[in-house]
Amino acid sequence: MKPYKSRALLTISIFLSLLATARAQNELDISRTIDVMGRVKPILVSMSGISGEAAQVIQFDLYVQGFAFTNADAAQYLISGSSSGNLVGRVTDKFSKEVKVSKSYTGESIRRQGHAFVDDFVKVLSGIPIAQTRIVFKNDTGKDSELILADFDGHNGSEITKDNSIVAAPSWIPGKFALYYTSYKLNHPDIFFHDLGTGARKIFARYGGSNMSPAASPGGSKVAMILSKDGWTDLYVCDADGSDLIRLTRSREDESSPCWSPDGKWICFAAKIKERRSLCKVSPSGGEIQRIPTSGVLNPTEPDWSPDGKLIVFTSQMGGFEICVVPSQGGTATQLVAGEDPSWAPNSRTVIFARRQGGGNRVLSLLDAPTKQVKDISRISGSNSQPSWAK
Amino acid sequence: MNRFTYLLVLGLVLTVAVSGCKKRPSTLTPLPNYGKTTVVQDPKAADIASTTPNVKPETVSSTPVREDIGNPMPNTETMANWTPDANIFKQDTVLFDFDSSAIKASEQAKIAHVADYLKANNKPLTGVRIEGHCDERGTEEYNRSLGERRAIAVREELLRLGIEAGRVETVSFGEDRPAVQGHDETAYRQNRRGAFILLTKPE
Repeated sequence: MKPYKSRALLTISIFLSLLATARAQNELDISRTIDVMGRVKPILVSMSGISGEAAQVIQFDLYVQGFAFTNADAAQYLISGSSSGNLVGRVTDKFSKEVKVSKSYTGESIRRQGHAFVDDFVKVLSGIPIAQTRIVFKNDTGKDSELILADFDGHNGSEITKDNSIVAAPSWIPGKFALYYTSYKLNHPDIFFHDLGTGARKIFARYGGSNMSPAASPGGSKVAMILSKDGWTDLYVCDADGSDLIRLTRSREDESSPCWSPDGKWICFAAKIKERRSLCKVSPSGGEIQRIPTSGVLNPTEPDWSPDGKLIVFTSQMGGFEICVVPSQGGTATQLVAGEDPSWAPNSRTVIFARRQGGGNRVLSLLDAPTKQVKDISRISGSNSQPSWAK
Repeated sequence: MNRFTYLLVLGLVLTVAVSGCKKRPSTLTPLPNYGKTTVVQDPKAADIASTTPNVKPETVSSTPVREDIGNPMPNTETMANWTPDANIFKQDTVLFDFDSSAIKASEQAKIAHVADYLKANNKPLTGVRIEGHCDERGTEEYNRSLGERRAIAVREELLRLGIEAGRVETVSFGEDRPAVQGHDETAYRQNRRGAFILLTKPE
Protein backbone atom coordinates (compact mmCIF):
# COMPACT_ATOMS: atom_id res chain seq x y z
CA MET A 1 0.00 0.00 0.00
CA LYS A 2 1.32 3.45 -0.84
CA PRO A 3 2.06 5.67 2.19
CA TYR A 4 -0.58 8.28 1.48
CA LYS A 5 -3.30 5.62 1.22
CA SER A 6 -2.39 4.07 4.57
CA ARG A 7 -2.42 7.48 6.21
CA ALA A 8 -5.83 8.18 4.74
CA LEU A 9 -7.09 4.86 6.01
CA LEU A 10 -5.81 5.60 9.49
CA THR A 11 -7.42 9.05 9.51
CA ILE A 12 -10.76 7.70 8.36
CA SER A 13 -10.74 4.91 10.91
CA ILE A 14 -9.86 7.23 13.79
CA PHE A 15 -12.59 9.63 12.75
CA LEU A 16 -15.21 6.91 12.51
CA SER A 17 -14.30 5.33 15.84
CA LEU A 18 -14.56 8.72 17.53
CA LEU A 19 -17.95 9.18 15.93
CA ALA A 20 -19.07 5.80 17.15
CA THR A 21 -17.94 6.54 20.69
CA ALA A 22 -19.63 9.91 20.71
CA ARG A 23 -22.94 8.43 19.62
CA ALA A 24 -22.70 5.67 22.21
CA GLN A 25 -22.30 8.18 25.07
CA ASN A 26 -25.86 9.36 24.88
CA GLU A 27 -27.58 6.08 24.08
CA LEU A 28 -28.87 5.22 27.52
CA ASP A 29 -28.18 8.43 29.43
CA ILE A 30 -31.82 9.37 29.40
CA SER A 31 -32.77 10.48 32.85
CA ARG A 32 -31.51 14.01 32.37
CA THR A 33 -34.86 15.73 32.69
CA ILE A 34 -38.10 14.79 34.38
CA ASP A 35 -39.90 16.01 31.26
CA VAL A 36 -38.97 12.90 29.37
CA MET A 37 -40.05 10.41 32.02
CA GLY A 38 -42.61 8.10 30.52
CA ARG A 39 -42.31 9.56 27.04
CA VAL A 40 -39.06 8.19 25.66
CA LYS A 41 -39.19 5.84 22.70
CA PRO A 42 -37.58 2.47 23.27
CA ILE A 43 -34.38 1.45 21.49
CA LEU A 44 -35.39 -1.08 18.82
CA VAL A 45 -33.60 -4.42 18.55
CA SER A 46 -34.18 -7.68 16.75
CA MET A 47 -32.92 -11.14 17.60
CA SER A 48 -32.12 -14.25 15.62
CA GLY A 49 -30.41 -17.55 16.24
CA ILE A 50 -30.95 -17.48 20.02
CA SER A 51 -33.91 -19.40 21.38
CA GLY A 52 -35.33 -21.02 24.50
CA GLU A 53 -34.52 -19.76 27.94
CA ALA A 54 -31.59 -17.62 26.76
CA ALA A 55 -33.93 -15.75 24.41
CA GLN A 56 -36.51 -15.27 27.17
CA VAL A 57 -33.89 -13.83 29.50
CA ILE A 58 -32.52 -11.47 26.84
CA GLN A 59 -35.97 -10.25 25.87
CA PHE A 60 -37.08 -9.69 29.47
CA ASP A 61 -33.88 -7.98 30.58
CA LEU A 62 -33.77 -5.58 27.63
CA TYR A 63 -37.48 -4.73 27.80
CA VAL A 64 -37.23 -3.48 31.37
CA GLN A 65 -34.23 -1.32 30.45
CA GLY A 66 -36.02 0.50 27.65
CA PHE A 67 -35.48 -1.69 24.59
CA ALA A 68 -38.21 -3.17 22.39
CA PHE A 69 -38.07 -6.10 20.01
CA THR A 70 -39.08 -5.79 16.39
CA ASN A 71 -38.08 -7.19 12.99
CA ALA A 72 -34.60 -6.70 11.54
CA ASP A 73 -35.78 -4.00 9.13
CA ALA A 74 -36.97 -1.69 11.87
CA ALA A 75 -34.29 -2.50 14.44
CA GLN A 76 -31.32 -0.35 15.29
CA TYR A 77 -29.36 -3.23 16.81
CA LEU A 78 -29.31 -6.82 15.60
CA ILE A 79 -28.80 -9.53 18.18
CA SER A 80 -27.64 -12.87 16.88
CA GLY A 81 -25.85 -15.95 18.08
CA SER A 82 -26.69 -19.41 19.28
CA SER A 83 -27.89 -20.97 22.49
CA SER A 84 -27.57 -24.72 22.06
CA GLY A 85 -25.34 -25.57 25.00
CA ASN A 86 -23.66 -22.35 25.97
CA LEU A 87 -24.59 -18.91 24.77
CA VAL A 88 -22.78 -17.23 21.95
CA GLY A 89 -24.03 -13.69 21.60
CA ARG A 90 -23.34 -10.88 19.17
CA VAL A 91 -24.79 -7.42 18.76
CA THR A 92 -24.38 -5.43 15.59
CA ASP A 93 -25.32 -1.82 14.98
CA LYS A 94 -27.38 -2.16 11.85
CA PHE A 95 -26.56 1.27 10.49
CA SER A 96 -22.84 1.53 11.17
CA LYS A 97 -22.31 -2.23 10.89
CA GLU A 98 -20.14 -2.08 14.03
CA VAL A 99 -20.03 -5.24 16.03
CA LYS A 100 -20.81 -3.99 19.54
CA VAL A 101 -20.55 -7.30 21.33
CA SER A 102 -19.20 -10.66 20.22
CA LYS A 103 -18.73 -13.18 23.00
CA SER A 104 -18.98 -16.81 24.01
CA TYR A 105 -20.15 -17.53 27.52
CA THR A 106 -19.44 -20.48 29.79
CA GLY A 107 -20.18 -21.30 33.40
CA GLU A 108 -23.20 -21.00 35.71
CA SER A 109 -26.51 -21.42 33.90
CA ILE A 110 -27.82 -20.41 30.50
CA ARG A 111 -29.96 -17.81 32.32
CA ARG A 112 -26.89 -16.30 33.92
CA GLN A 113 -25.08 -16.29 30.58
CA GLY A 114 -28.05 -14.48 29.06
CA HIS A 115 -27.93 -11.88 31.84
CA ALA A 116 -24.17 -11.42 31.33
CA PHE A 117 -24.68 -10.92 27.59
CA VAL A 118 -27.33 -8.27 28.21
CA ASP A 119 -25.00 -6.53 30.66
CA ASP A 120 -22.22 -6.52 28.07
CA PHE A 121 -24.55 -4.93 25.52
CA VAL A 122 -25.79 -2.30 27.96
CA LYS A 123 -22.25 -1.42 29.03
CA VAL A 124 -21.19 -0.90 25.43
CA LEU A 125 -24.00 1.67 25.16
CA SER A 126 -22.67 3.44 28.28
CA GLY A 127 -25.55 2.23 30.41
CA ILE A 128 -25.33 0.86 33.95
CA PRO A 129 -25.84 -2.93 33.87
CA ILE A 130 -28.52 -4.46 36.12
CA ALA A 131 -29.11 -7.94 34.74
CA GLN A 132 -26.95 -9.65 37.38
CA THR A 133 -28.27 -7.71 40.37
CA ARG A 134 -30.54 -8.94 43.14
CA ILE A 135 -33.55 -7.99 45.20
CA VAL A 136 -35.00 -8.85 48.58
CA PHE A 137 -38.73 -8.80 49.18
CA LYS A 138 -41.40 -9.89 51.62
CA ASN A 139 -43.46 -12.97 50.88
CA ASP A 140 -46.68 -13.25 52.87
CA THR A 141 -48.22 -16.73 52.77
CA GLY A 142 -51.31 -15.61 54.67
CA LYS A 143 -50.08 -17.31 57.79
CA ASP A 144 -46.67 -15.68 58.16
CA SER A 145 -44.18 -13.71 56.13
CA GLU A 146 -40.53 -14.33 55.27
CA LEU A 147 -37.90 -12.47 53.26
CA ILE A 148 -36.82 -13.80 49.87
CA LEU A 149 -33.48 -13.04 48.18
CA ALA A 150 -33.74 -13.45 44.39
CA ASP A 151 -32.36 -12.34 41.06
CA PHE A 152 -33.91 -9.04 39.98
CA ASP A 153 -36.24 -10.99 37.65
CA GLY A 154 -37.61 -13.08 40.53
CA HIS A 155 -35.66 -16.25 39.67
CA ASN A 156 -33.34 -18.18 42.02
CA GLY A 157 -35.34 -17.08 45.05
CA SER A 158 -34.46 -18.42 48.48
CA GLU A 159 -35.69 -17.58 51.96
CA ILE A 160 -33.25 -15.61 54.07
CA THR A 161 -35.53 -15.82 57.09
CA LYS A 162 -37.37 -18.85 58.46
CA ASP A 163 -38.85 -17.27 61.53
CA ASN A 164 -42.54 -18.20 61.20
CA SER A 165 -43.56 -14.72 62.21
CA ILE A 166 -44.04 -11.33 60.59
CA VAL A 167 -41.23 -9.61 58.74
CA ALA A 168 -41.37 -6.22 57.01
CA ALA A 169 -39.57 -3.37 55.29
CA PRO A 170 -36.33 -4.99 54.09
CA SER A 171 -33.76 -2.32 53.27
CA TRP A 172 -30.37 -3.02 51.69
CA ILE A 173 -27.28 -1.26 52.92
CA PRO A 174 -26.08 0.46 49.72
CA GLY A 175 -22.75 -1.06 48.71
CA LYS A 176 -22.93 -3.99 51.16
CA PHE A 177 -24.26 -7.55 51.13
CA ALA A 178 -26.34 -6.90 54.22
CA LEU A 179 -29.69 -5.42 55.13
CA TYR A 180 -32.02 -4.20 57.88
CA TYR A 181 -35.64 -5.16 58.39
CA THR A 182 -38.37 -5.23 61.01
CA SER A 183 -39.09 -8.67 62.46
CA TYR A 184 -41.64 -9.78 65.05
CA LYS A 185 -39.67 -12.96 65.76
CA LEU A 186 -39.09 -11.93 69.38
CA ASN A 187 -42.75 -11.13 69.92
CA HIS A 188 -42.23 -7.46 69.23
CA PRO A 189 -41.48 -5.28 66.17
CA ASP A 190 -37.68 -5.01 66.37
CA ILE A 191 -35.22 -3.90 63.70
CA PHE A 192 -32.66 -6.56 62.81
CA PHE A 193 -29.32 -6.21 61.05
CA HIS A 194 -28.61 -9.21 58.81
CA ASP A 195 -25.28 -10.00 57.15
CA LEU A 196 -26.12 -12.09 54.10
CA GLY A 197 -22.56 -13.25 53.58
CA THR A 198 -22.18 -14.90 56.98
CA GLY A 199 -25.88 -15.39 57.80
CA ALA A 200 -25.33 -13.73 61.16
CA ARG A 201 -27.78 -11.18 62.45
CA LYS A 202 -28.28 -9.07 65.52
CA ILE A 203 -30.94 -6.87 67.03
CA PHE A 204 -30.37 -3.32 65.96
CA ALA A 205 -33.30 -1.63 67.68
CA ARG A 206 -35.60 -3.12 70.32
CA TYR A 207 -36.84 0.02 72.00
CA GLY A 208 -40.23 0.20 73.67
CA GLY A 209 -43.08 0.86 71.24
CA SER A 210 -42.58 -0.17 67.61
CA ASN A 211 -39.30 -0.07 65.66
CA MET A 212 -40.15 0.41 61.99
CA SER A 213 -39.00 1.21 58.45
CA PRO A 214 -35.18 1.10 58.74
CA ALA A 215 -33.12 2.76 56.01
CA ALA A 216 -29.31 2.61 55.86
CA SER A 217 -27.25 5.50 54.54
CA PRO A 218 -24.99 4.87 51.52
CA GLY A 219 -22.09 2.81 52.85
CA GLY A 220 -24.12 1.97 55.94
CA SER A 221 -22.60 4.30 58.53
CA LYS A 222 -26.00 5.52 59.71
CA VAL A 223 -29.53 4.16 59.96
CA ALA A 224 -32.77 6.13 59.83
CA MET A 225 -35.96 4.62 61.25
CA ILE A 226 -39.38 5.36 62.68
CA LEU A 227 -39.53 4.78 66.45
CA SER A 228 -42.19 5.42 69.05
CA LYS A 229 -39.98 4.96 72.13
CA ASP A 230 -40.59 8.51 73.35
CA GLY A 231 -44.35 8.21 73.15
CA TRP A 232 -45.14 9.18 69.56
CA THR A 233 -44.06 7.99 66.09
CA ASP A 234 -41.12 10.10 64.93
CA LEU A 235 -38.10 9.94 62.63
CA TYR A 236 -34.79 9.02 64.27
CA VAL A 237 -31.25 8.41 63.05
CA CYS A 238 -28.25 6.80 64.72
CA ASP A 239 -24.86 5.35 63.88
CA ALA A 240 -24.56 1.79 62.66
CA ASP A 241 -23.37 0.72 66.12
CA GLY A 242 -26.52 2.14 67.66
CA SER A 243 -24.88 5.17 69.23
CA ASP A 244 -25.67 8.86 68.78
CA LEU A 245 -29.43 8.42 68.46
CA ILE A 246 -30.97 11.68 67.29
CA ARG A 247 -34.68 12.44 67.17
CA LEU A 248 -35.17 14.33 63.90
CA THR A 249 -38.89 15.08 64.15
CA ARG A 250 -40.86 16.04 67.22
CA SER A 251 -44.48 16.50 66.30
CA ARG A 252 -47.92 15.01 66.42
CA GLU A 253 -47.84 14.56 62.64
CA ASP A 254 -47.32 11.19 60.98
CA GLU A 255 -43.90 10.30 59.64
CA SER A 256 -43.09 7.11 57.73
CA SER A 257 -40.81 5.46 55.14
CA PRO A 258 -37.43 7.23 55.38
CA CYS A 259 -34.87 6.93 52.55
CA TRP A 260 -31.47 8.55 51.94
CA SER A 261 -30.08 10.75 49.20
CA PRO A 262 -27.17 8.96 47.49
CA ASP A 263 -24.71 11.57 48.85
CA GLY A 264 -25.88 10.83 52.39
CA LYS A 265 -26.76 14.50 53.04
CA TRP A 266 -30.54 14.12 53.28
CA ILE A 267 -33.14 11.81 54.72
CA CYS A 268 -36.36 11.98 52.69
CA PHE A 269 -39.57 10.70 54.27
CA ALA A 270 -43.35 10.83 54.03
CA ALA A 271 -44.95 13.23 56.48
CA LYS A 272 -47.92 15.45 57.10
CA ILE A 273 -47.43 19.20 57.32
CA LYS A 274 -50.42 21.37 58.21
CA GLU A 275 -52.95 18.65 57.43
CA ARG A 276 -51.39 17.96 54.03
CA ARG A 277 -49.42 14.80 53.23
CA SER A 278 -46.04 15.66 51.78
CA LEU A 279 -42.60 14.35 51.01
CA CYS A 280 -40.08 16.06 53.27
CA LYS A 281 -36.37 16.02 53.87
CA VAL A 282 -34.13 16.73 56.81
CA SER A 283 -30.39 16.63 57.43
CA PRO A 284 -29.22 13.58 59.41
CA SER A 285 -27.66 16.00 61.91
CA GLY A 286 -31.07 17.52 62.58
CA GLY A 287 -32.58 20.88 61.78
CA GLU A 288 -35.38 22.28 59.70
CA ILE A 289 -37.78 19.91 57.98
CA GLN A 290 -38.10 20.96 54.34
CA ARG A 291 -41.00 20.11 52.09
CA ILE A 292 -40.37 18.49 48.70
CA PRO A 293 -43.29 19.61 46.52
CA THR A 294 -44.95 16.99 44.33
CA SER A 295 -47.32 19.14 42.31
CA GLY A 296 -50.11 17.40 40.49
CA VAL A 297 -50.46 14.38 42.78
CA LEU A 298 -51.75 13.87 46.30
CA ASN A 299 -50.73 11.88 49.35
CA PRO A 300 -47.16 11.00 48.44
CA THR A 301 -45.57 8.17 50.45
CA GLU A 302 -42.83 5.49 50.28
CA PRO A 303 -40.16 7.63 48.59
CA ASP A 304 -36.94 6.22 47.11
CA TRP A 305 -34.11 8.47 45.89
CA SER A 306 -32.46 7.52 42.59
CA PRO A 307 -28.80 6.43 42.77
CA ASP A 308 -27.79 9.28 40.44
CA GLY A 309 -29.45 11.75 42.82
CA LYS A 310 -31.79 13.31 40.27
CA LEU A 311 -35.20 11.81 40.94
CA ILE A 312 -37.42 10.58 43.74
CA VAL A 313 -39.85 7.78 42.95
CA PHE A 314 -42.80 7.38 45.30
CA THR A 315 -46.33 6.06 45.76
CA SER A 316 -49.20 8.49 45.42
CA GLN A 317 -52.52 7.53 46.89
CA MET A 318 -55.50 9.05 45.10
CA GLY A 319 -58.15 6.36 45.17
CA GLY A 320 -55.76 3.70 43.97
CA PHE A 321 -51.96 3.69 44.22
CA GLU A 322 -49.76 5.25 41.52
CA ILE A 323 -45.99 5.09 41.04
CA CYS A 324 -44.79 8.66 40.40
CA VAL A 325 -41.46 10.42 39.93
CA VAL A 326 -40.47 13.98 40.82
CA PRO A 327 -37.18 15.86 40.51
CA SER A 328 -35.33 15.42 43.79
CA GLN A 329 -35.46 19.14 44.54
CA GLY A 330 -39.26 19.01 44.16
CA GLY A 331 -41.52 20.14 41.35
CA THR A 332 -44.13 18.62 39.08
CA ALA A 333 -44.71 14.94 39.65
CA THR A 334 -45.27 12.51 36.76
CA GLN A 335 -47.55 9.51 37.20
CA LEU A 336 -46.16 6.39 35.55
CA VAL A 337 -48.04 3.22 36.42
CA ALA A 338 -50.51 1.83 38.97
CA GLY A 339 -48.57 0.35 41.88
CA GLU A 340 -46.85 0.99 45.23
CA ASP A 341 -43.65 0.65 47.22
CA PRO A 342 -41.06 1.42 44.51
CA SER A 343 -37.30 0.78 44.68
CA TRP A 344 -34.76 2.02 42.12
CA ALA A 345 -32.38 -0.23 40.23
CA PRO A 346 -28.71 0.88 40.18
CA ASN A 347 -29.30 2.36 36.69
CA SER A 348 -31.67 5.09 37.96
CA ARG A 349 -34.26 4.22 35.31
CA THR A 350 -35.68 0.76 36.13
CA VAL A 351 -37.93 0.56 39.20
CA ILE A 352 -39.28 -2.51 40.97
CA PHE A 353 -42.67 -2.09 42.64
CA ALA A 354 -45.67 -4.04 43.92
CA ARG A 355 -49.10 -4.04 42.41
CA ARG A 356 -52.28 -5.43 43.88
CA GLN A 357 -54.29 -8.14 42.21
CA GLY A 358 -57.94 -8.72 42.92
CA GLY A 359 -58.21 -10.67 46.14
CA GLY A 360 -55.52 -8.74 47.97
CA ASN A 361 -52.39 -10.53 46.73
CA ARG A 362 -49.51 -8.39 45.58
CA VAL A 363 -47.13 -9.23 42.75
CA LEU A 364 -43.83 -7.57 41.88
CA SER A 365 -43.31 -5.76 38.62
CA LEU A 366 -40.58 -3.82 36.82
CA LEU A 367 -41.03 -0.40 35.26
CA ASP A 368 -38.63 1.35 32.90
CA ALA A 369 -39.45 4.93 33.88
CA PRO A 370 -38.35 6.70 30.67
CA THR A 371 -40.35 4.41 28.31
CA LYS A 372 -43.05 3.34 30.79
CA GLN A 373 -42.50 -0.28 29.73
CA VAL A 374 -43.71 -2.61 32.50
CA LYS A 375 -43.33 -6.33 33.08
CA ASP A 376 -44.10 -8.57 36.05
CA ILE A 377 -41.24 -10.58 37.48
CA SER A 378 -41.41 -14.27 38.35
CA ARG A 379 -43.77 -14.86 41.25
CA ILE A 380 -43.21 -16.77 44.44
CA SER A 381 -46.43 -18.29 45.73
CA GLY A 382 -47.93 -15.90 48.28
CA SER A 383 -48.25 -12.11 48.33
CA ASN A 384 -44.95 -10.57 47.19
CA SER A 385 -44.35 -7.00 48.36
CA GLN A 386 -41.92 -4.46 49.80
CA PRO A 387 -39.11 -5.04 47.28
CA SER A 388 -35.68 -3.58 47.90
CA TRP A 389 -33.09 -3.51 45.08
CA ALA A 390 -29.47 -4.18 46.04
CA LYS A 391 -27.27 -1.24 45.09
CA MET B 1 -3.65 -3.13 -4.41
CA ASN B 2 -6.97 -3.98 -6.00
CA ARG B 3 -10.30 -2.58 -4.89
CA PHE B 4 -11.33 -5.69 -3.00
CA THR B 5 -8.19 -5.81 -0.95
CA TYR B 6 -8.51 -2.08 -0.23
CA LEU B 7 -12.03 -2.56 1.10
CA LEU B 8 -11.00 -5.57 3.11
CA VAL B 9 -8.18 -3.67 4.75
CA LEU B 10 -10.46 -0.69 5.34
CA GLY B 11 -13.04 -2.95 6.90
CA LEU B 12 -10.50 -4.60 9.14
CA VAL B 13 -9.04 -1.30 10.24
CA LEU B 14 -12.50 0.09 11.04
CA THR B 15 -13.44 -3.00 13.00
CA VAL B 16 -10.30 -2.78 15.05
CA ALA B 17 -10.77 0.96 15.52
CA VAL B 18 -14.36 0.81 16.67
CA SER B 19 -13.80 -2.14 18.95
CA GLY B 20 -11.27 -0.08 20.82
CA CYS B 21 -8.14 -1.68 19.56
CA LYS B 22 -7.85 -3.56 22.81
CA LYS B 23 -6.13 -6.86 22.59
CA ARG B 24 -9.12 -8.99 23.48
CA PRO B 25 -8.19 -12.51 24.36
CA SER B 26 -10.30 -15.44 23.22
CA THR B 27 -13.91 -14.46 23.66
CA LEU B 28 -14.72 -17.19 26.13
CA THR B 29 -16.22 -15.59 29.21
CA PRO B 30 -16.31 -17.77 32.28
CA LEU B 31 -18.74 -16.37 34.84
CA PRO B 32 -17.80 -15.79 38.46
CA ASN B 33 -19.81 -17.59 41.09
CA TYR B 34 -22.44 -15.62 42.93
CA GLY B 35 -21.64 -14.86 46.55
CA LYS B 36 -23.30 -17.77 48.28
CA THR B 37 -25.73 -16.90 51.04
CA THR B 38 -26.03 -18.94 54.18
CA VAL B 39 -29.44 -19.32 55.74
CA VAL B 40 -29.49 -17.61 59.11
CA GLN B 41 -27.58 -19.43 61.82
CA ASP B 42 -29.82 -18.28 64.54
CA PRO B 43 -28.71 -17.69 68.10
CA LYS B 44 -31.38 -18.20 70.74
CA ALA B 45 -33.57 -15.32 71.73
CA ALA B 46 -31.62 -14.72 74.93
CA ASP B 47 -28.35 -14.47 73.00
CA ILE B 48 -29.88 -11.97 70.61
CA ALA B 49 -31.20 -9.89 73.49
CA SER B 50 -27.79 -9.74 75.11
CA THR B 51 -26.25 -8.06 72.09
CA THR B 52 -28.59 -5.06 72.06
CA PRO B 53 -26.30 -2.17 71.19
CA ASN B 54 -25.49 0.29 73.92
CA VAL B 55 -27.28 3.48 73.04
CA LYS B 56 -26.20 6.87 74.25
CA PRO B 57 -29.04 9.24 75.11
CA GLU B 58 -30.23 11.48 72.29
CA THR B 59 -28.06 14.49 71.63
CA VAL B 60 -30.54 17.01 70.24
CA SER B 61 -32.03 18.42 73.43
CA SER B 62 -31.80 17.99 77.17
CA THR B 63 -35.25 19.28 78.01
CA PRO B 64 -37.75 16.72 79.23
CA VAL B 65 -40.14 15.34 76.64
CA ARG B 66 -43.08 17.68 76.46
CA GLU B 67 -46.44 16.19 77.36
CA ASP B 68 -48.01 17.34 74.13
CA ILE B 69 -45.58 15.18 72.15
CA GLY B 70 -45.59 11.91 74.06
CA ASN B 71 -45.02 9.83 77.15
CA PRO B 72 -41.98 7.57 76.87
CA MET B 73 -42.64 3.87 76.46
CA PRO B 74 -41.57 1.30 79.03
CA ASN B 75 -38.51 -0.73 78.13
CA THR B 76 -39.40 -3.71 75.90
CA GLU B 77 -37.90 -6.19 78.37
CA THR B 78 -39.95 -4.90 81.31
CA MET B 79 -43.06 -6.94 80.56
CA ALA B 80 -41.61 -9.21 77.83
CA ASN B 81 -42.03 -12.41 79.86
CA TRP B 82 -45.30 -11.54 81.56
CA THR B 83 -48.21 -13.91 80.91
CA PRO B 84 -50.48 -12.59 78.16
CA ASP B 85 -54.27 -12.90 78.12
CA ALA B 86 -55.82 -11.89 74.82
CA ASN B 87 -59.40 -12.82 75.71
CA ILE B 88 -60.19 -10.87 78.84
CA PHE B 89 -60.53 -7.53 77.04
CA LYS B 90 -61.89 -8.83 73.73
CA GLN B 91 -65.10 -6.84 74.07
CA ASP B 92 -63.10 -3.68 74.63
CA THR B 93 -61.31 -3.61 71.27
CA VAL B 94 -61.33 0.02 70.16
CA LEU B 95 -62.44 0.76 66.58
CA PHE B 96 -61.16 3.63 64.43
CA ASP B 97 -62.29 5.60 61.41
CA PHE B 98 -60.46 5.30 58.08
CA ASP B 99 -56.96 6.82 58.13
CA SER B 100 -57.50 8.13 61.63
CA SER B 101 -56.02 7.53 65.06
CA ALA B 102 -58.54 9.70 66.90
CA ILE B 103 -60.45 8.06 69.74
CA LYS B 104 -64.16 8.33 69.01
CA ALA B 105 -66.58 9.18 71.82
CA SER B 106 -68.29 5.83 71.31
CA GLU B 107 -65.06 4.00 72.19
CA GLN B 108 -64.15 5.78 75.40
CA ALA B 109 -66.16 3.53 77.70
CA LYS B 110 -64.13 0.53 76.54
CA ILE B 111 -60.87 2.19 77.50
CA ALA B 112 -62.33 3.24 80.84
CA HIS B 113 -63.29 -0.37 81.51
CA VAL B 114 -59.72 -1.52 80.95
CA ALA B 115 -58.41 1.31 83.15
CA ASP B 116 -60.78 0.32 85.97
CA TYR B 117 -59.62 -3.28 85.78
CA LEU B 118 -55.95 -2.33 85.86
CA LYS B 119 -56.50 -0.08 88.86
CA ALA B 120 -58.34 -2.79 90.75
CA ASN B 121 -55.99 -5.63 89.81
CA ASN B 122 -52.31 -5.00 90.42
CA LYS B 123 -51.39 -7.87 92.77
CA PRO B 124 -49.70 -9.69 91.13
CA LEU B 125 -48.42 -6.85 88.95
CA THR B 126 -50.36 -6.31 85.74
CA GLY B 127 -49.91 -4.21 82.66
CA VAL B 128 -51.42 -4.05 79.23
CA ARG B 129 -50.16 -4.23 75.67
CA ILE B 130 -52.17 -2.34 73.07
CA GLU B 131 -51.93 -3.75 69.55
CA GLY B 132 -52.66 -1.29 66.75
CA HIS B 133 -54.01 -2.53 63.42
CA CYS B 134 -55.12 -1.14 60.05
CA ASP B 135 -57.24 -2.16 57.11
CA GLU B 136 -55.39 -2.89 53.86
CA ARG B 137 -56.11 0.40 52.13
CA GLY B 138 -52.89 2.23 52.89
CA THR B 139 -49.32 1.36 51.95
CA GLU B 140 -47.62 -1.15 54.23
CA GLU B 141 -45.17 1.07 56.13
CA TYR B 142 -47.66 3.93 56.33
CA ASN B 143 -50.03 1.43 57.92
CA ARG B 144 -47.38 0.19 60.32
CA SER B 145 -46.89 3.75 61.51
CA LEU B 146 -50.65 4.44 61.64
CA GLY B 147 -51.27 1.27 63.65
CA GLU B 148 -48.72 2.48 66.19
CA ARG B 149 -50.40 5.87 66.42
CA ARG B 150 -53.73 4.14 67.08
CA ALA B 151 -52.18 2.09 69.88
CA ILE B 152 -50.56 5.25 71.26
CA ALA B 153 -53.87 7.14 71.18
CA VAL B 154 -55.45 4.42 73.30
CA ARG B 155 -52.42 4.43 75.59
CA GLU B 156 -52.67 8.17 76.12
CA GLU B 157 -56.30 7.79 77.11
CA LEU B 158 -55.34 5.14 79.67
CA LEU B 159 -52.66 7.44 81.05
CA ARG B 160 -55.14 10.28 81.20
CA LEU B 161 -57.36 8.01 83.28
CA GLY B 162 -54.55 7.53 85.77
CA ILE B 163 -52.71 4.38 84.68
CA GLU B 164 -48.91 4.63 85.08
CA ALA B 165 -46.95 4.97 81.81
CA GLY B 166 -44.72 2.02 82.71
CA ARG B 167 -47.69 -0.36 82.74
CA VAL B 168 -48.77 0.31 79.16
CA GLU B 169 -46.87 -0.74 76.05
CA THR B 170 -47.78 -0.51 72.36
CA VAL B 171 -47.16 -2.67 69.31
CA SER B 172 -48.24 -2.06 65.72
CA PHE B 173 -49.09 -4.82 63.25
CA GLY B 174 -49.98 -2.50 60.40
CA GLU B 175 -52.23 -4.46 58.04
CA ASP B 176 -50.51 -7.80 58.71
CA ARG B 177 -53.03 -9.29 61.14
CA PRO B 178 -56.57 -8.46 60.06
CA ALA B 179 -59.30 -9.53 62.45
CA VAL B 180 -61.55 -10.33 59.51
CA GLN B 181 -60.56 -11.38 56.00
CA GLY B 182 -62.38 -9.44 53.31
CA HIS B 183 -62.09 -6.48 50.99
CA ASP B 184 -65.13 -4.41 51.88
CA GLU B 185 -66.02 -1.92 54.56
CA THR B 186 -67.62 -4.59 56.75
CA ALA B 187 -64.22 -6.23 57.09
CA TYR B 188 -62.23 -2.98 57.02
CA ARG B 189 -64.27 -1.55 59.88
CA GLN B 190 -63.32 -4.41 62.17
CA ASN B 191 -59.69 -4.35 61.17
CA ARG B 192 -59.09 -0.71 62.09
CA ARG B 193 -58.64 -1.43 65.75
CA GLY B 194 -56.68 -1.25 68.97
CA ALA B 195 -56.79 -4.51 70.91
CA PHE B 196 -55.88 -4.99 74.58
CA ILE B 197 -53.68 -7.83 75.85
CA LEU B 198 -53.57 -8.13 79.65
CA LEU B 199 -50.06 -8.88 80.94
CA THR B 200 -49.55 -10.46 84.35
CA LYS B 201 -46.18 -10.79 86.01
CA PRO B 202 -45.41 -14.48 86.68
CA GLU B 203 -44.95 -15.51 90.33
